[in-house]
Amino acid sequence: MRRYAGAMMKPRTAFDKMWDAHRIADLGGGTGLVLIDRVLLHERTGGIALKSLADAGRSVHAPAHAFATMDHVVDTLPGRTDRTTMPTGRDFIVATREAARAAGITLFDLGDSRQGIVHVLSPEQGIVLPGVTLVCPDSHTCSQGALGALAWGIGSSEAEHALATSTLRVQKPKTMRITIDGRLAPGVTPKDLALHLLGRFGSAGAKGHVVEYSGEAVRALDVEGRLTLCNMATEFSAFSALIAADETVFAYLKGRPYAPSGAAWEAAVADWRDLASDEDAVFDVELHVDAGEVCPMVTWGTSPQQAVRLDRTVPAFDAVAGRDTREAYDRALAYMGLESGAPLIGLPIDAAFIGSCTNSRLSDLRRAGALLQGRHVAPGIRAICVPGSSMVKAAAEAEGLDRIFLAAGFEWREAGCSMCFFAGGESFGAQQRVISSTNRNFESRQGPGTRTHLASPETVAASAIAGAIVDPRTLA
Amino acid sequence: MTPFAQVTSLAVPLIRDNVDTDAIIPSREMTSVSKHGLADGLFAGWRYTERKGRVPNPDFVLNEPRFAGASILLGGANFGCGSSREHAAWALAEYGFRVVIAPSFNPIFRANCVRNGIVPVALDPAPIAAEPGPITVDLPGQTVSGASRHWPFAIDAEAKAMLIGGLDEIGLTLQRRDAIAAFRAADAARRPWAYFGG
Repeated sequence: MRRYAGAMMKPRTAFDKMWDAHRIADLGGGTGLVLIDRVLLHERTGGIALKSLADAGRSVHAPAHAFATMDHVVDTLPGRTDRTTMPTGRDFIVATREAARAAGITLFDLGDSRQGIVHVLSPEQGIVLPGVTLVCPDSHTCSQGALGALAWGIGSSEAEHALATSTLRVQKPKTMRITIDGRLAPGVTPKDLALHLLGRFGSAGAKGHVVEYSGEAVRALDVEGRLTLCNMATEFSAFSALIAADETVFAYLKGRPYAPSGAAWEAAVADWRDLASDEDAVFDVELHVDAGEVCPMVTWGTSPQQAVRLDRTVPAFDAVAGRDTREAYDRALAYMGLESGAPLIGLPIDAAFIGSCTNSRLSDLRRAGALLQGRHVAPGIRAICVPGSSMVKAAAEAEGLDRIFLAAGFEWREAGCSMCFFAGGESFGAQQRVISSTNRNFESRQGPGTRTHLASPETVAASAIAGAIVDPRTLA
Repeated sequence: MTPFAQVTSLAVPLIRDNVDTDAIIPSREMTSVSKHGLADGLFAGWRYTERKGRVPNPDFVLNEPRFAGASILLGGANFGCGSSREHAAWALAEYGFRVVIAPSFNPIFRANCVRNGIVPVALDPAPIAAEPGPITVDLPGQTVSGASRHWPFAIDAEAKAMLIGGLDEIGLTLQRRDAIAAFRAADAARRPWAYFGG
């Protein structure tokens, strides 16, 4: 029996199918009580949620379905312990460890070979699967929609609710399909595509919608590339993003520790095949993008929508007037120390960062490493690479990538979120210009006064070598 | 959560687009494993003259003496974008804000507001900012009123009920625990692979 599709039913989107399969009750006014299959936590907010739940005399409803990791607060310096460069960071680590133990949920603790950034380790372990609902008090949870799941970021109160009841009360979001026709050109990456979409449609471009990415260019991406694309849907103000699961996803998941095996695997794959949007499904919004138009991108301002082709100049106000107010534009330029019309290629940088839930997976490190091999970062550049998980780090080291990064003058760190954001510990410093494979270029995101330019790992690596922003395709 | 009906206050205009939750409460201000003690860190990067200091920046709107005690904040489009940290809503609520009026909100931030007694009102803030005196936000009536003008606003029924009732959402859902258990049992038979049953 086909469970998600029925001959007599009206065509449905992948989102509709997952919503229908998880809706326990209609609460009226467009709100549903939705079954939650997976709850993921990290030490930044997980400890608070678990503690608050326990203080209210409540327990975790389905501990086997909840997982916690250490990624946000932990140091990534070699030889790390519970002590952190972030003041009071240890409190978060200890509180989360104790609360996870008391609640009986699985914790990927410091020293565990599976520890890592929550959105890196979950696919790696097969915790996220096609067709599951997955929530985490982290806005980048949308990344995990790359495996065909309905995965979205929530706050701490909602995390408590999901833990206590295995459900959430959710206002049903609208749907948007973004079809990427054609193929990305060689040397153009999923990160460039994500920044292209933000530059074109704006940081509120998907406001509250579930975005389904489809089209030839998306189907051609491997799972890690899909994770990068879906990761930045929150920068797009989406409720979440997803990509229908296909053979690429099934092959990726097979044999993962928490994925089904044996006969259950076959049954699961049969179910998952039915999850794709029906051919005639209607989306609230449809957008089309030509993959051939996408070029290597970089941000020039303090919002991810302030992104341009890196071979262009800082746009004049008139070019962005439909998006940015004059005040926002002037403020961004002043903060970034840039002027209208300034070329981005050749802009000197002080630091380079490769890491984060956007771009810290093995394929990211391999592509950056290929550019770094036999080269060295420019004098005075602080360059840091932080693998997304301890598994990524181990796999990278097994193929010698650590030696390439170290020989090129990069720091090679332990896994975690690290300097994607400033939590009071390490930072790049005021007015320091950083080219970064992360997802947010907000004011002071990477440190008070730090100037962040978002780009692909390739662009970060190539720019570190040049000491200035460059097009990575010109390096090879 | 404090039940919400009506609030009258001057409205603080912080009408910038894409105000992110890092700006509302910088990560460095989230130093304890707690929902409390965050009001001092609200907008810290803009509100104080130095990063670690507590000397008010006289150019920041929140520090204008006339806005002391204000409980309505006016924001720009895509307000509360970025990190999902609920600390942003906790800090706003602890500071005393009960209403944020902005053209649009980030979805996670909006949900966090509702769960902490802050009414997210989706309206253009510009004409409201032009009102000379205090404004009143009436949630049951779904209106914002100034001295001379009124603006109706839309809000979903669930959020409205939660805010007005000051409801314990978990308690509300747990009243359905039998239905949830029955659904899960049937679902586990349908989708054993989602229950680690493989």
